[in-house]
Amino acid sequence: MRNIIVFLIILFFLSISKSFAAENTTKFLETDWTFKGLFGKFDRASLQRGYQVYTEVCASCHSMKYLSYRNLSEKGGPEFSEAEAKAIAANFEVTDGPDSTGEMFTRPAKLSDKFVMPYANDEEAKSANGGAYPPDMSVLVKARKGGADYVYSLLLGYEDPPSGIKLDDGVYYNKYMYGNKIKMPAPLSDDLIEYSDGTKATQEQMAKDVVNFLMWSAEPHLETRHKTGFRVISYLIILTILVYFSMKKIWSRVESKV
Amino acid sequence: MSDHEYTPSSKFGKWFNDRLPLLSLVNHLTDYPTPKNLNYWWTFGGILTFCLITQIVTGLVLAMHYIAHVDHAFSSVEHIMRDVNYGWLLRYVHANGASMFFLAVYIHIFRALFYGSYKAPREIIWIIGIIIYLLMMAAAFMGYVLPWGQMSFWGATVITNLFSAIPLVGESITTWLWGGYSVDNPTLTRFFTLHYLLPFLILGLVVLHIWALHVPGNNNPVGIDIKKPSKDTVPFHPYIVIKDAFALLMFLIVFAMFVFYSPNILGHADNYIEANPLVTPAHIVPEWYLLPFYAILRSVPDKLMGVIAMLSAILILAALPWLDTSKIRSAVFRPLYKQFYWILVADVLILGYVGAMPAEGLYLLIARIGTIYYFAHFLIILPVLGLKEKTLPLPLSITEPVLGGSPNLAAARDKTEKIS
Repeated sequence: MRNIIVFLIILFFLSISKSFAAENTTKFLETDWTFKGLFGKFDRASLQRGYQVYTEVCASCHSMKYLSYRNLSEKGGPEFSEAEAKAIAANFEVTDGPDSTGEMFTRPAKLSDKFVMPYANDEEAKSANGGAYPPDMSVLVKARKGGADYVYSLLLGYEDPPSGIKLDDGVYYNKYMYGNKIKMPAPLSDDLIEYSDGTKATQEQMAKDVVNFLMWSAEPHLETRHKTGFRVISYLIILTILVYFSMKKIWSRVESKV
Repeated sequence: MSDHEYTPSSKFGKWFNDRLPLLSLVNHLTDYPTPKNLNYWWTFGGILTFCLITQIVTGLVLAMHYIAHVDHAFSSVEHIMRDVNYGWLLRYVHANGASMFFLAVYIHIFRALFYGSYKAPREIIWIIGIIIYLLMMAAAFMGYVLPWGQMSFWGATVITNLFSAIPLVGESITTWLWGGYSVDNPTLTRFFTLHYLLPFLILGLVVLHIWALHVPGNNNPVGIDIKKPSKDTVPFHPYIVIKDAFALLMFLIVFAMFVFYSPNILGHADNYIEANPLVTPAHIVPEWYLLPFYAILRSVPDKLMGVIAMLSAILILAALPWLDTSKIRSAVFRPLYKQFYWILVADVLILGYVGAMPAEGLYLLIARIGTIYYFAHFLIILPVLGLKEKTLPLPLSITEPVLGGSPNLAAARDKTEKIS
């Protein structure tokens, strides 16, 4: 009886944490993420390359509205130098104002500005992309079942549709996409960009780098969280042991066992 | 109460205590005679108090940074996660804290079910507990709406729509709840207000819950009435305090693992997509702790009957002290009840599992059988079992071994011998 209950409890929690239905049984591609595990950290160089992929490939359609340019030089992220982050920001134009004459004006972006959006509004984004809205990428990894593995697989999951499936114009086949139909054309191809650090820009490399970057953008404090977590749990374990022995001592005054 | 008279030793203490017996209260709480055989399932009361206070404290700080407006709620949560000092920690503690709160409350409730803690003279404690549980569910549901993600919005839409099942006035009530004709800004602001209010109501009820507990004193694993204070009891401080502290620390380690290493595992990915009234998620699923009731709701084909079934599933618990006809409290001495108890646990877990699945085919069938069994347990099995079951002989006291025979049984059952 007990075993059955334990089994059911495990089943119950699995059903919560795993996908809720058998809607997508395709197994995701696997790669070694450095941010997983007890001491998981981001690969700094990969984050910087990932930003390059984002800004040269994704950013033409996908916004990242919750990030600011200052984040790029903050600890635990890509850690560009402040000068580099300023230079990156200066590449973008933002509308500011009104000035003293009441006119709006444009100026180069500063560290404190949010990432400039590719479209003025959702409607423009949709009309430019065949009616599909390119989702904001700030928390994209957390907003998809399967997280980083899913986004990584999706980026590499484009293939010719199996015979019998007809696709409309502007619709592509992706074996990891929900329903297998996606309106985003395959975004990555070998040597699409030239990495400034000389890394060879294979599809897999770019997918991995950009997903690393997206993971950081969704969880900018991940490194602090892991570090704090380790300290908190170590502290709790030591305290628990001390309290356990105090309890033993106190309860030894009465014959009952604890 | 059964306490001995207490006089503070200092003159000022006596002067103060005569005017406001605060010191007497503290003395009562520390000296409170507690059965010494309480096992670790009894530590969840203290753990729950900790959970409530954690939720209130983290919630207060979160409320300082959160903006209850449909255009700003989602981005203010992101602001908390990114820019507020340790905002990520506060939010993850609060969000996972809700799950931990429910985990603890379910253990607490099932402990009461196993050891018959709801039986006379503890019915009022039990009923207050059920009210707290109901308020917890309301608070948790409204809290889940606040980040204004897709599950927030659609969860709110599904749940508030349940009220429209009420005949005649249903539609008007739903409109009144929404403050408009759909879930929108007025809904969000009132949910925020209520989400802020309910924890304090819960806190008040917790005080009553503990007060009511301190009248008859704790039940215990053997389930017999004990003399207080006696060799069967220990003072609350330091014995129970240190044991509760130890259990709380173990609980905190699990809590911390969720917060620091898998903070989003208990949530739904869709809630990181900002609410969009024009796009319905593929599956609308409530938080895990509401799943068994969600399964009951969906297992009934008729909407109104489904709502009634779901509410009854909780309210039936309030009638439990009278539905369970057995005079023996602890399942330890009820061999048959013990079997049915574990079947009920399994039933609730299965209901929770199918609640997370689409309501179709085999899942729906399982949900229906599970629902019928759930009600049968309380309405048929328990009343009959209490009359038919052959129970084991009870010991005279916690410290004395089982002597066997009916005299012990009679002594333990004797209600007149109860608590001064």
